[in-house]
Amino acid sequence: MKAKVHVMLKNGVLDPQGEAVKHALGSLGFDGVEGVRQGKVIELDLADGTSEATINEMCEKLLANTVIESYRVELV
Amino acid sequence: MKAAVLVFPGSNCDRDMAVALRDAGADVQMVWHKDADLPSGLDLVAVPGGFSFGDYLRCGAIAAQSPICKALVAHVNRGGYALGVCNGFQVLTETRLLPGALMRNADLKFVCKTVDLKVQTSQSAFTDGYNAGDVIGIPIAHHDGNYTADAETLSVLKGEDRIAFTYEDNPNGSVDNIAGVLSENRRVLGMMPHPERAIDMGHGGTDGKAMFRSLLGQFADA
Repeated sequence: MKAKVHVMLKNGVLDPQGEAVKHALGSLGFDGVEGVRQGKVIELDLADGTSEATINEMCEKLLANTVIESYRVELV
Repeated sequence: MKAAVLVFPGSNCDRDMAVALRDAGADVQMVWHKDADLPSGLDLVAVPGGFSFGDYLRCGAIAAQSPICKALVAHVNRGGYALGVCNGFQVLTETRLLPGALMRNADLKFVCKTVDLKVQTSQSAFTDGYNAGDVIGIPIAHHDGNYTADAETLSVLKGEDRIAFTYEDNPNGSVDNIAGVLSENRRVLGMMPHPERAIDMGHGGTDGKAMFRSLLGQFADA
């Protein structure tokens, strides 16, 4: 089985990289880009039957820093 | 004083840290990240700067899960002292021994220069060689030193006088200009600037020396 973990900075945490991308899009002539948030996607190849609780534990312990980041697990 | 300097793949300030501690009179051992135990009878564990594990995932995140960091957490929980500089500060936040987190610098640039730091408190073994309000010149060299913490954490840090140093001219976007913070028991200090790079006139300044001297002073009678 596979899982995708999406890690994003929490709302309210300023994302300097997203801001830089937003400005770059503006300077390329793309109007109307009101916000950009940059995160990461981590793909996990897992033994069949790995529970969602175990994946959440992986996120809490390592994949996300929950002081500043939120995560979402997608089973695929 | 008996001290250990942790060494991870990618650490590059470990020997500078050892030199600074030895110069002040400490008995220093280097400890490899795969070791599960620290030497016995340690007073201080120093977590040095560098790019542990290539900064993969997040700065300090992989190092924080290494066997030696479990021993580090146990050392701190026993009341031991710890000093984390630069990547070491990132490791200490990732282990949750210190609150908050260090994000990419606000202007996205790697910053390498000597900065003016204000000593905010002299009430710790690390800072009692300074006076609160002193401004000292200490080098910084980082890409991810933008300290952040939620409002509640910040008010606790301020209320408990746990902000050790602030930047006079904020180089990285850190909230409230914070450059270094102390743990609740004041025995763990994390800071982005490098005091170990300011202990010899050949470095361009010696303002870091007082930190190592005052640390040694704590254990003079032990």
